[in-house]
Amino acid sequence: MRRDIFQAIADPTRRAILALIAVQAMTPNAIAEHFNTTRQAVSKHLKILSECQLLKQQQQGREIYYQLEIDKMKEIDQWLEQFRTIWESRFEQLDNLLDHLKNQQK
Amino acid sequence: MKHNLQFDFLADKVKNTLTIRREFKAHRQLVWDCYTQRELLDQWFAPKPLTTKTKTMDFSEGGHWHYAMIEPNGTEYWNWMAYQKIKPIDYYTACDAFANEAGDLNKDLPSSDWLVSFTDKGDNTLVETIVTYKSLSDLETVIQMGMEPGMIATLEKLDELLLLLNR
Repeated sequence: MRRDIFQAIADPTRRAILALIAVQAMTPNAIAEHFNTTRQAVSKHLKILSECQLLKQQQQGREIYYQLEIDKMKEIDQWLEQFRTIWESRFEQLDNLLDHLKNQQK
Repeated sequence: MKHNLQFDFLADKVKNTLTIRREFKAHRQLVWDCYTQRELLDQWFAPKPLTTKTKTMDFSEGGHWHYAMIEPNGTEYWNWMAYQKIKPIDYYTACDAFANEAGDLNKDLPSSDWLVSFTDKGDNTLVETIVTYKSLSDLETVIQMGMEPGMIATLEKLDELLLLLNR
């Protein structure tokens, strides 16, 4: 089973959960209240997010609070940055080509 | 060479789009030509150190560009860009898919929709490319599949940079 950050954010409910707990740590019950799906469905999403290492768990008394693992989220940005580099390289070549064509026209 | 040309790279993780805006120091017709003529595309489209090779190209609505990006060791990655709407020298839309040399599309690999628009910015030209994937994980597959092998050197440099920045 694939368990990485892309699996985590592939689902709209999981993205919504991440947005919720990015603001504050929450219990599973409090998270579930924000969704029209069943508690079980939310639990399943939380399990996947845990397996993707996006959740930090904190025990407070009897309750477990979930918090966002921010460092893990940064992986997405780093990965996107790689894509940016590819485009930069492509555009630099186009700059050179345009320079060359302009010189020919003169 | 340092320049002050605009370059925006925006990822929308909800809509699964990449918006890439780049300014070029040339007038619109010339930039348009570079995007739409095979002998010019071959000179820039594949990022270094890969090179571009065109097999067939028919830049018209319903036409296509069948091209390969080639690694220095000779490995070829074939793609098929199907053109949909074209309004010279304003914009065109297309669907980019993986293919083989014979031109059979690979349905197992993710395709992406492209909207490429050209506008004047003073004497320069601004090109906006909006690439839409079906999901963000599709985009990941594209990276891993597509240009990775040839990009490793660049990416390693980037990794070093990120390490430095994260300290």
